[in-house]
Order: sequence, then structure tokens, then C-alpha cells
Amino acid sequence: MREVAILGAEMTKFGIYDKTNVELFSEAGLGAIEKSNIEPDKIEALFFGNCMGDFEEGQLHMASFAHSAIGLKKSAPALRFESACATATVAIRNAALLVGAGVYDIVLAGGSERANAMGTPLATRTFAMASHALYETPLGITFPGVFGMATHMYSEKYNIPLDELKRHMAEVAVKNHFHGVNNPKAHLRKEITVEKVLSGMMVADPLQLLDCCPFSDGSAAVVIADAKTAKDLIKKPVYIAGMGQAASGPLYYQKDITRVKSREISIKKAYKEAGITPSDIDVCELHDCFTIAEIFALEGFGFYEFGKGYDAATKGETRFGGKVVVNPSGGLKSKGHPIGATGAAQVTEIAEQLREESGPRQVEGAKIGLVDTLGGDFGTVCNIILRR
Amino acid sequence: MTVELTFREYQDGLEQGKLLGLYCGECGAVTVPPQAVCSECGSRKLKIGEVEKKGIIKTFTVIRIAAEGMTPPFIIAMVETYSGAWVMGNIIDMDADSADMDLMGKEVIIDSRQVKGDVYSYGDIHSIVFKLV
Ligand SMILES: [Zn+2]
Repeated sequence: MREVAILGAEMTKFGIYDKTNVELFSEAGLGAIEKSNIEPDKIEALFFGNCMGDFEEGQLHMASFAHSAIGLKKSAPALRFESACATATVAIRNAALLVGAGVYDIVLAGGSERANAMGTPLATRTFAMASHALYETPLGITFPGVFGMATHMYSEKYNIPLDELKRHMAEVAVKNHFHGVNNPKAHLRKEITVEKVLSGMMVADPLQLLDCCPFSDGSAAVVIADAKTAKDLIKKPVYIAGMGQAASGPLYYQKDITRVKSREISIKKAYKEAGITPSDIDVCELHDCFTIAEIFALEGFGFYEFGKGYDAATKGETRFGGKVVVNPSGGLKSKGHPIGATGAAQVTEIAEQLREESGPRQVEGAKIGLVDTLGGDFGTVCNIILRR
Repeated sequence: MTVELTFREYQDGLEQGKLLGLYCGECGAVTVPPQAVCSECGSRKLKIGEVEKKGIIKTFTVIRIAAEGMTPPFIIAMVETYSGAWVMGNIIDMDADSADMDLMGKEVIIDSRQVKGDVYSYGDIHSIVFKLV
């Protein structure tokens, strides 16, 4: 395999938009291309992530229209990726694999999503389509419901009283909003308090409104190339040191849902490929779709033993100045979660951190960064480790 | 290779009051609901058999913001049957607002009910429900 690098990376501000998915992707995609010092005709393939364009805009086969809208050449194939919330990370990993294998030299990968176009009831319905449509969705399961069940199981398994656990979970939300204030592209750019989290509307027991990330619109994209091409084009390529991806099927076969098996397999492979251990990670963008999800990820990475990661935010270990800065962008919680674009925005944040371009939220001296994205009810996890 | 127990046959079982599973000839695990291979070891040596309709609540949630077409609040739980297989269903014989951590570890009887499908679904299906013992 050839060494593979991230060139230009760009995201739109996350929020609520009238602009179409293709327009949002045009901004991010052309932004990434410009930052790579190339023209669109140098792109040899488009790996485009979108989960629900058919419900959002009545648009299937969006990749082909996104391709045309930014002037890619007709010989560059356009592919659509869908892996629920892990969509864009999976698109980027697959682009990197093909560049590594020598099939392409320069690929554009990313995604776009506009869940707000659907309104909350239909958005909730379509998100639930990523659960098992025969055995989970008909029960009325929602993603907050899945993580609510996982929270209750964690509380019981490790004998942490639910009230106590919920305070520590609230600290995760407070920390990520604190980080997001320094991110001009964040959807919810405001500080919150533990009391505010704990007084929010109940969404799915025991998760309250501010335990949950928002439905966001937005797009992000990155240009991926072999290391040699990258060095010729830009000053500070960021290299892909290791990647992993795993699948773990429906919730009822996973049984103990305090342990995300797909993550444990994926991260092990990524560490091995990168030749590093958990303590080598300087900065991390992980999948905090719900506050409890950040705790599961910290444990899954081996940053903490299982059952011991719940008070990391409370102790300040995941903030700026802590052991490892987790979600300096504000994470899904504050930056937002347009599911087809999320992974590409995580890669964008880590790439900027490693190039020391993050301004007031720069993690000083960050050399190795981790991207973690979870799709569906733990069915997919994809990890990408980047280095300077 | 044909699928030993189809979704349709599993559904017919529920309609007749039976919880059908697949008993693994390699590892002994029971796979419920059905699929082509053992959910634990991947073996294709599977035999259809009935599963005792009882189990223990392993976790639950109360859905308060529901998807289009659903009326909250309602309870969803994961239950470990005495066969070792886990199933998901709705707890239907208690007030959702009184669900709390006391539910954990409680024994339930497993049954099913018909759920109307919406325009995006497979159609009307029988889905699992739990009643506290
Ligand atoms: Zn088996």
C-alpha cells in the first residue's frame, strides 16, 4: 500500500439551511479542492456520503448531481455511501484504500445532509430506519432510546447510581459546548451548565434534551491523494497512519450494549496499522451523538478501563489541558451532526489541528489525532488515525 | 443453501403463540429472531425449535419523543430469554411513567401483538411484547 495523505479539507458551518444538499456540498467540495491547489478536473473519483436525500429532497443518486455541480470530469466516477452516522468516515476510508492501492491518485470524499428539511417527526422516523426494520423499528425505537437503554445497562453493570452517572454525563455535554464556543462553524455555539442539562425535557429515559446532539444541516469534504502527489501540491499534508472499520449487526445479537464490539475491533486494527498505543493520541474527535456515547468511546479506545471512563469530563481529563483533548470542535453535541457529513467534518478538524490551523481551539503540539464515527445502533464503527 | 426459518414463518409462529428460534448444532446457542446462520458462531447447522416465552429484563427505556406515527410515552426493553437469546419488545402492562431502574432483572412473559406498518415499512407485523410476571 502507498502512503496516503489528506490535502485540503473544508466544511460548511453546521446549522439549519435553505440551501440544497448539492449546494452545501459544492461549498465544502470546492473549498477542499481550492485548499489543495488543484482544479476540479484533477479529481479522479467522488466518494459522496448522504443518508436520506430521498426523504429530505426527493433525491436519489445525488452523487452524480454533486459531481456535475462542482465540475468534475465525466471519467471520474461518482459513488454514494450510506453507513448511517458513520457515512462520511466510511467514504473517506474507502477512498484512502483505493488511493493506497494505486487505483486513483486524487479523490474527493465527504458528504452532505439536511435532516431539518424533514421536520422532527419524519426525521426521527427516518433515523430509526437505521435500526432493524423488522425487529427494532416497529417497537418505536429511536436513537436516543438505544442510548437510553445502554445508559441504564451501564448504570446497573458497574453499580453507578443513575443520578450520579447522569451528572457525569451532563459534564460531557458541558465540556463539548465549552469547546464549541471557540468554533465559528458550530451549530450550537453556546455554553451550558450541568443544571441546564439535568432540567431539560426527557427524550428517552434517562436521556434529556441536552444529552442529545441536534439534527443539523451541513456538508464537509476532503481531498485524498498519495503522499508523493500531496507533497508536490501543498505545504502541510496530513498522513493517514492507520484505519479500521467493523460491523456488529442488530442490537439484540450484541446483547451487552455497554461494549461497542465494532469499535473494539476497528480501533485495534487502526492502532496496529499506525504502530501506536492509546497514550500516543494527542487529540480526538469522537462520536458523541449522546453524552453516554462519549463515555463508551473513551473506554472503547482503551483510554480508560471499561466502567471507569464515566467521570473523565468531570475530572477535566478530556478538556483543553487534560490528558487528551476530546472533541475540541465541540463534537457532534455542539458542532452538530449532519449525519452524511459528520465524519468528514471530524477529519477536517483533526487535519486542521495537526496543521496548527485551529486558532483559539488549537491543541498545542498535537502530532497524532484520532477520528471515531459510529453508525446505526452500534452496527458500524470506522476509525482513522492521522499524523503530521 | 435455503434459510431454515424465514421471517414469514417466524411471524406465523408468533401469531400462533409460539416463539420460534434456531438451535445451533455446533455451539448450542439459540438464535432469535431468525437469520441464515447462528448469531453466536456463524454455523449453518440450525434446527427450528420453540423457545420458552420467559426471560429477564436486561435494560429498558421510555420513548418520550417518538417517530412519526407513534404515540409516546411507551416502554422498550431488551430481555434475555432462558434460552440465552435476547429479544427486544415493548413492556405493555404498566404505566410508562412508572418505569424506573426497579425494572432491571425483573422476570417477564413474552408475547406478541400486531403492529400496523406505515408507508415505509414491510407492512403489518407481529412484534414482541413483555408482561411483568
Ligand atoms: Zn452456533
